[in-house]
Amino acid sequence: MQVADIINKLELEVVCGQSGLSREVTGGYVSDLLSDVMGNSKEGQVWITLQTHKNVMAIASLKDLAAVILVKGFVPDNDTVAQSNEEGVPVLVTKMNTFEIAGKLYELIK
Amino acid sequence: MYFEFDIEGGDFSKAGYASSQLKKILKQLVGDHKIVKRTVVALYEAEVNVVAHAFSGKVIINIDTDKIEIQVNDKGPGISDIQLAMKEGYSTASEKVREMGFGAGMGLSNIKNNSDEFYLSSEVGLGTKLTIIAYLVKE
Ligand SMILES: Nc1ncnc2c1ncn2[C@@H]1O[C@H](COP(=O)(O)OP(=O)(O)OP(=O)(O)O)[C@@H](O)[C@H]1O
Ligand SMILES: [Mg+2]
Repeated sequence: MQVADIINKLELEVVCGQSGLSREVTGGYVSDLLSDVMGNSKEGQVWITLQTHKNVMAIASLKDLAAVILVKGFVPDNDTVAQSNEEGVPVLVTKMNTFEIAGKLYELIK
Repeated sequence: MYFEFDIEGGDFSKAGYASSQLKKILKQLVGDHKIVKRTVVALYEAEVNVVAHAFSGKVIINIDTDKIEIQVNDKGPGISDIQLAMKEGYSTASEKVREMGFGAGMGLSNIKNNSDEFYLSSEVGLGTKLTIIAYLVKE
């Protein structure tokens, strides 16, 4: 499954990083603690978080994550958008909260 | 090969610059190797620690045929009890830094787990020196 597929199925909105929409999704990771994600996320996972600042993209890119989903209507900061476009790691947004979107993503790719 | 980067304390927008540069360099040199990911994770956490906990720092990277050696030296408050600082969950991060999602107290463990050799020393009131080594060829 690719990032573009989960966008359609979960009705997510793409904010930036469109060049990465064909990245392969291997799973998901849920955390708002950055060093937890740094230490434990795996390549190809979609990271669900409410953090919107630029360091999110640094981590997503260093760990080769497939995409970032921001919950509860949060939007990425301007420099987050810039880095997402530069690295080609999409930032997706949803009105859903973490529990709902994580459940739906799990159902989709388990 | 030798590289140097400066780190400014308090400036989170620039944290991660050295590690993303190193990732590009290493990908060209060794390709999609596990060592690339491990090494950039370690360096990222070290960079963030200087930004979050110290005043200024310098990253020095030496890439050899058999190993990568990275030093991150900072001017800052230093660490009085290194054993305690290494404990997962221990953090003195400020409220503001925690709101950004830092301060889980996992950074130093991440550095140790993602390097082959790890040396941390510090002088309280002066600063902290971190050296990590990653083997390019496993013996
Ligand atoms: N360069 C440094 N200068 C001064 N103190 C440091 C430095 N690096 C780490 N420390 C101290 O060690 C503690 C633990 O560091 P560690 O990186 O494990 O966690 P953290 O930075 O607090 O949170 P996290 O890395 O999970 O975001 C820090 O809270 C701080 O007290
Ligand atoms: Mg840290």
